[in-house]
Amino acid sequence: MTADTASITQGSRSRPTDPEATLRANPLKIALGLIGMVVVVWFLGNLFLAFGFYPQWFGNKVVIGLLAIIAGVGGAAAIFFFLNMFVEGLPSRLSEGVIPYAFLLPALFFVALMLIYPTFQTINYSFANADSTAYVGLQNYKTIFGDSEFWNSILNNVLWLIIVPAVVVGFGVGVAVLSDKLSALGEKVAKSLVFMPMAISFVGASAIWGLVYAYNNPGEAQTGLLNAIWTGLGGDPQTWLQISTAKLNSLLLMVILVWLQVGFAMVLLSSAIKGVPDDTIEAARIDGATEFQIFWRVVVPQIKGTIITVFVTVFILVLKVFDIVYVTTNGNYNTNVIANLFFNKLFAASEAGQATAIVVVLLVAVIPLIWYQIKHFKDEEANR
Amino acid sequence: MSRRLMKDGRPLSPFSIVTMTIFALLWTIPTIGLLVTSFRTRDDAASSGWWTALFNPGNANWTTSNYQGVWNGQDFASGFINSIVVAIPATVIPIMFAAFAAYAFTFLNFPFKEFIFLLIIGVMVVPIQVAFQPMLNVLGPRGLGISGQYIAVWLLHTGFGMPLCIYTLRNYMSTLPKSVIESAKIDGCSHYQTFWRLVFPMSIPAVAAFATLQFLWVWNDLLIAKLFLNSGNTTVIVKLQQLLGTQGQGAELLTAGAFITMIVPLIVFFALQRFMVRGMTSGAVKG
Repeated sequence: MTADTASITQGSRSRPTDPEATLRANPLKIALGLIGMVVVVWFLGNLFLAFGFYPQWFGNKVVIGLLAIIAGVGGAAAIFFFLNMFVEGLPSRLSEGVIPYAFLLPALFFVALMLIYPTFQTINYSFANADSTAYVGLQNYKTIFGDSEFWNSILNNVLWLIIVPAVVVGFGVGVAVLSDKLSALGEKVAKSLVFMPMAISFVGASAIWGLVYAYNNPGEAQTGLLNAIWTGLGGDPQTWLQISTAKLNSLLLMVILVWLQVGFAMVLLSSAIKGVPDDTIEAARIDGATEFQIFWRVVVPQIKGTIITVFVTVFILVLKVFDIVYVTTNGNYNTNVIANLFFNKLFAASEAGQATAIVVVLLVAVIPLIWYQIKHFKDEEANR
Repeated sequence: MSRRLMKDGRPLSPFSIVTMTIFALLWTIPTIGLLVTSFRTRDDAASSGWWTALFNPGNANWTTSNYQGVWNGQDFASGFINSIVVAIPATVIPIMFAAFAAYAFTFLNFPFKEFIFLLIIGVMVVPIQVAFQPMLNVLGPRGLGISGQYIAVWLLHTGFGMPLCIYTLRNYMSTLPKSVIESAKIDGCSHYQTFWRLVFPMSIPAVAAFATLQFLWVWNDLLIAKLFLNSGNTTVIVKLQQLLGTQGQGAELLTAGAFITMIVPLIVFFALQRFMVRGMTSGAVKG
């Protein structure tokens, strides 16, 4: 048998090397793979301990930063390299069965460690005392449910949940529809400007809006935009974020989140609107429908799916709204929300039991959304 | 009835033009206010609105001292480096892990595949607050003792970003032609080779889209950085939050500090806007 025919017969078995060899285990590869993984983890562990405890070894921060980036990214790649070597060293039938898990388990490990294990541990802690050393039964729940601040936070959170997603979707649809009627350049510029806040952090946005809501004593020049307009109209300057009458301060904080999120809604809705077939709109127009009717009866039904997606996404975000309230009022003046209450219970008050009980309330609120996510995915798969 | 037409033949809509101009201005003015204020002196900023400086730029005292003050005095310089060191690995590592998992979900068969994937979709909406107390114990002095270091934050962002990343990449990979993967198998490629040489390069559009979003999330994150980084390793966002708490002395530094935290995200935004859009339209929900 010549070399050529040998390679052809082997090719048909889809194995370039000696078929017998791949059926057997390759102890060298198994050993190298295992040792490699252990060495990489050991090395990374020590390197990062050194970063933490002996920063003087590395000179300055930039060196540590560069090394950290290289080690972090390279280390993750090296782990996969050795993991694969280990799996390839296994006998081929075993290897075929193990490969999916080798690819899957590192990712699942992170999901399990950072999200699934903590979920159960948090539920567990919610029945324990302030430093999680002894069980106290339902005491934490009794305490938080008896706390008026908790109910105030719930009320505020509900208001956020009712108002923000709806306003964001409303503005998003409006901007998407109107910018679609502009010239190509105008559309691009307008959308970019509305979209830009998406890149800004909640803290940065709070700094920006802090300037808008700024207060100076009466008689002085108002440096806050809102007070400048207000006094220009003849009013007295107001400390806007301290006015809880009619939830005004909460509403003003909601403005910040709306400002951040309309761009997101616009992007999704705009691509949905551009996907509405022109002939359906033309047909309605020929039938004598007004632009208004076309929008409500032809366009909206066709983008309903996207509207719901945007609504749910913003809803999930609002449920956990924290940064804006934390850095502007820290929940004072009746603006508290659940996530901020949790943070203050956990760190300012060191009440881990009550804090975790609050998170459990949040978890319960999320359960319908988990169900929705799974249903949404199944629908999408069915349409694929 | 004759209506004016645009160059591309669609009717001109004055109502849209006026409304969108007003809307775009409203959306931009707060940011402009911050930018203008950050270049004004403390006295100017305290005695008149930023718009007066904009309307009368000749009379205003423009200065960059706020930036110098916040960069050196408040040590935003090291915060900036920390932000970069936190954000890059926290973007790349989850993608590396998630891409392998997405490959397994798309091209391999194994027991409980559907169940595990539904589990991942389910945990996408789990609030990250559940993780804080347990993770402070696991990573803190009572556990691994790495809380406060960069690696703790990378691990957390990797975990929190993972479900969404797996979901996005799997959705994209399932649109790739199966025949390509089949032929690679016939050519004798292992799954590891198929992944690196074919599937990963073909998935670059989805990877770029997710990377852009993840980078912005990590850069802009306050909670995780605040809780899991010690004060020497903390990011610019945490530094800005601390600055926001101070009133009076140093108030003029706030605007400059805020703008420093925004520079990188804004560059990313203007350079990679199309990736952001693509990432969002591919179903980005984050818990």
